[in-house]
Order: sequence, then structure tokens, then C-alpha cells
Amino acid sequence: MVDSKKQWKAWLYLAPAIVLLLVFTVWPIINTLRMAFLDNYNGMRAVAGEKFNIGIENFKKVVEFKDFFVCLKNTALLCVITVPVSTLLALLISSALNSIKFLQKFLQTIFFLPYVTNSIAIGMVFAAMFNMVRTVRIIQTAGIVNNVIMFFGGQPVNWINAGSTYWANMVVMIIYIVWNALPFKILILLGGMQSINKQYYDAAKVDGSSRSRILWKITVPLLSPMIAYVVITGFIGGFKEYTSIVGIFGENMGPASAAGRLNTMVGYIYDALPNNDYGRASAAALILFGIILIVTLINLQVSKKRVHY
Amino acid sequence: MAQKTMKEQKMQTVTARSRIGSTVVKAFTYLFLIVMAVIVLFPFYWMIISSLKTLAEYKWAKPSFWPQTVMWSNYAEAFTTANLGRLFTNTVIVGVISTLLSLVITVLTAFAFARLEFKGKNVLFAGLLATMMIPGELFTITNYATVNSFHWLNTYTVLIVPFLVSVFYIYLLRQNFLQIPNELYLAAKVDGTSDLKYLWTVMIPLSLPTLISITILKMMGAWNSYIWPRLVANDDAHRMITNGLRNAFKDTTGDVNFPVQMAAVALVSFPLFLVYIFLRKYIMKGVSRSGIKG
Repeated sequence: MVDSKKQWKAWLYLAPAIVLLLVFTVWPIINTLRMAFLDNYNGMRAVAGEKFNIGIENFKKVVEFKDFFVCLKNTALLCVITVPVSTLLALLISSALNSIKFLQKFLQTIFFLPYVTNSIAIGMVFAAMFNMVRTVRIIQTAGIVNNVIMFFGGQPVNWINAGSTYWANMVVMIIYIVWNALPFKILILLGGMQSINKQYYDAAKVDGSSRSRILWKITVPLLSPMIAYVVITGFIGGFKEYTSIVGIFGENMGPASAAGRLNTMVGYIYDALPNNDYGRASAAALILFGIILIVTLINLQVSKKRVHY
Repeated sequence: MAQKTMKEQKMQTVTARSRIGSTVVKAFTYLFLIVMAVIVLFPFYWMIISSLKTLAEYKWAKPSFWPQTVMWSNYAEAFTTANLGRLFTNTVIVGVISTLLSLVITVLTAFAFARLEFKGKNVLFAGLLATMMIPGELFTITNYATVNSFHWLNTYTVLIVPFLVSVFYIYLLRQNFLQIPNELYLAAKVDGTSDLKYLWTVMIPLSLPTLISITILKMMGAWNSYIWPRLVANDDAHRMITNGLRNAFKDTTGDVNFPVQMAAVALVSFPLFLVYIFLRKYIMKGVSRSGIKG
């Protein structure tokens, strides 16, 4: 009697969360699977009462659509470049931070600052910094980056304006994404370093080991669970890259002369929504989920061999 | 005797050399950190000084690193151009309501999972955690269709309700609740204290730091959210700050009035800086356990 009353009470506490989760989490999982496997499923036509055949037409359409591979390539390239670069840089910065006392807290505060910013807003700042306006040959205004290049005697680069090259765009995106990714990685890695037993370092000092040897032979192995963590979360976040590109290029997802050139997987999914192309969007979302799952599993497999717990 | 002094001398030179060595390393460490810190801070600095320049000064071939004439009027212009007043109001309404409701739901759910006994508790909790692996984009498609069929498009409801439950926050708070000794709960039961009263007078005060972290992250999430608001509430009356900013300044490149644009960006960024300066500890604590932005 008492027991069943208690059960009833527990479910009462859970009720609001469960109702919301059923509508906005569980149903979407089922429905996404359903829509993805209904050929050419369209939201509007479904409301009108049309029936759809079961099949893999949506997946075929996604893969055959040429823009899909543009999106996949951009996303994968950004991931493969920015994750190692930001992880390595974060490792260097946090080991440097860990070796100092004076100003440590202050510098740590500075390095975490990009995390609390708005990636659209600061993307606009980066756009201003890389911007350049020129009429034929005369430069009317250049952003600070080109000013610096010219100050050192270099040629200004068309980074993001109309007529810019794909790789110039990518360099800007990589810089921005790395800048954005550093704080979280530094926070995790520095936290990990501070919990490493000081005795290891004392022993290394007695042996007269060099600093780089200490970093690669003691810090990195003992830190490997944290490194694996930031790499995995980095890849997951990287495959969902979208707003940082909107921040710099706007919803064009590319320079004015080549709209959509920098579109990503997430952008591809959202582009299908206003057209009610739910079937195609669902198939693309499932493909994205599959890719993230595979990359995560590979990462876990690699770290199983390399991580020293 | 002579040998000993030679050895001592040698020792001294070795330590002296290593001392010089470590000073050099120290100097390089600081140099590296300071250069990196300058790179990290530079966009913020550039945003602020650009926002205070006149358009003519902004276009100088040799840029000035401090504005010659300080143009506070850029901020006024940015405020009206982007209709920032409306955007701020909308964002605060959505942020405050969704944070409050989310806190209530999170506390109740975490309490049930941490303290109450019911059938299928562990299975249900594992199921909840499993949903955290699925990318949010997968939910968005159906949720867009769902809110559309509820006729929720362009309302505050659509910005608040779908994201009230965060499995991660439930997990975080449940872990915190579990650390509170069960004896306290049993003692309270013996005294005849009701669950809700126990929750309110014992558990909530004891897990206040976690609740503060959740509040800040949730508010920052509302401030920075872009994709969902852009998709479902892109009208003048309900537009949120990030989307509104992007919408008011569509062109990021070319011959744009950058000082005003940077002033708008700065106005959107300042509240975040203030939160960071005063509540840094809670943000870092919450983030180091999540890896989720906002």
C-alpha cells in the first residue's frame, strides 16, 4: 500500500520531464526514422493525406545531390584540421600555464574568455578583421589582418570577399574555429595536469630529464584520458559546425561570389526544412548521426590502445 | 682537498647553468603565453576600438589603435538600427521564463532519480543518458513539424517549451543530490517532513552551486541560441538577440559601416563579459563537466 503510493509519487515528480521528453525527444527519434524511410516524404503533402512508400529513396537523393558532398567535404576538412591543431595548441598553452605561478590565474581567465562569447557576434568581428574592399587595383579599406600583412611588406589577400579562393575562406574559418575551440580544451587539459601527482615531476627532475621529454613522456601519457575526451568532443562538435560559418559569411554560407560553398552537414539539413523536405532532411540527419557515431567509435578504439588509465 | 673544491666548483657551474637555463625557459614560457593571450584578446580589443571610431577613421590605410574622436553615437545608432531594445526584451523574457521552469523540472526529476524508489528507475535513467548521444539536429526536424502543427510558430512558447528538459542538467544535479547523505532524508522522514519541504530546505541549499551553474549556462544558452529561434520565431515581435543581430547586419563583408556594426556586436557581447567577470567560477565548473556550449 505504502509502496505503491510512493511509486505513484515518484512518477508525479517525473511527469513534467517525461511528458516533454516524449513529445520533443522520443517522438522525434521515432519520427525521424519513419520519415527517412518513406520515399520523398514531404511535410505539406503528408498533411494533405498523401501516402508514401517505404524505401531508401531519401538516402539515395541525399547522396546523389552534389551539394551534399560539398557539405560533407567542408565539414570533414574543418574537423580533420581544427581538432588536431586546437588540441596541440591547447596542450602547449596549458602545460605552459601549469609551469608558472605568477599571473597563472589571470592568464587562465583570459584564455577562457572566448568560450563565453556569442559565436555569431564574434564571427562578425573576424569578418571585419579579414575584410577588404578594392576597386580594380586600389584598396579602399582593408581589415586589420591585411594591414598587418602589408606593414610587413606582403601582398594583401582577398580572404572572404567576392572572388576569394576556397582555401582563403578555409584559412579564416580554421583560425576562427581554433580560436573558439581553445578555451574548453585548455580548461579540461589544465584541470587534468593540475591533478597529476607532483612526485612524477620530482623524479624526472632528479633524473635530469629535459622539459620536452617530461611533456611527452609524463604529462601526455598521464593526461591521455583528458586528451581523448577533448578530441572526441572536438570531433562531435566539429561535425556539427554551422553557426561559426554563419557568423563570418552570413547565411550565404560563402563569399558573395560563391554562395553555399562553405555549407556544412548541419546547414544542409536546415536548408531542407523550409521546403518541407522532411524526408531528405531526416535521411541527412541520420547520415550525420552515423558519421558521428563511427568517428566516435574509432576515436574510442584508438584511445583504448593509447590511453593509460 | 683540491679535488673536492674542483668538484664543488663544477657543481656550482652546473647549478648556475641550469639556473640560467630555467630562467630562459621561464622567459620563453611567459613570452609564449603573453603572445597567445594577445591573440586571444585581440578580436575583443578590435571590436571595442572599431566601435568607437568614425567611419572615415576606420578606413584609414594605417589603422589607428586608439580612436581619435570617440564616437559614442555609434552605439546609439547601433541600438536603433538593430532594434536592440526589442531584441533584449525578447531574449530576457525567454531566458528568464525558460530558466525558471527548467530549474523546477530539473530539481523534481533529479530528486526522483536520486531519492525515490520506483520500478524501472535504472532503465529509465540509462535511457535518458542514451539520448544525450544523439545530435540535436535529428530532433530539430520533427520538432519543427510538431510546433508547426501546434500553431506555435512566432510565439514565445516555441522558444521556451521544447528545450525545458535537459538530460545533462538532470544528470549533473542527480550526482549532486546523491552526495547528500541518505541519513538526512531518513531522519527528515522520521520527523514527518514532507518530501517537498525536505527538498526545499535541505537539498536545494546544499546543491546551490550546481543550480547556479545551471542557471548561468541556461541564460547564456538563450542569449547565444541562433538556429532554433531563426527557424521558428523570425518575426519582429519575437526575434531573439543573436538572430536579430545577424538579421540587422546581413552583410559582413564589403563596404559596410563597420563601426556601427561593431558597436552592435559589442552591445551583444558586454552582458556576457559581465557575467563572466562576476560568475566565472560557476561557468568553469559547469562547463568542465559538460563540454556543451550553452
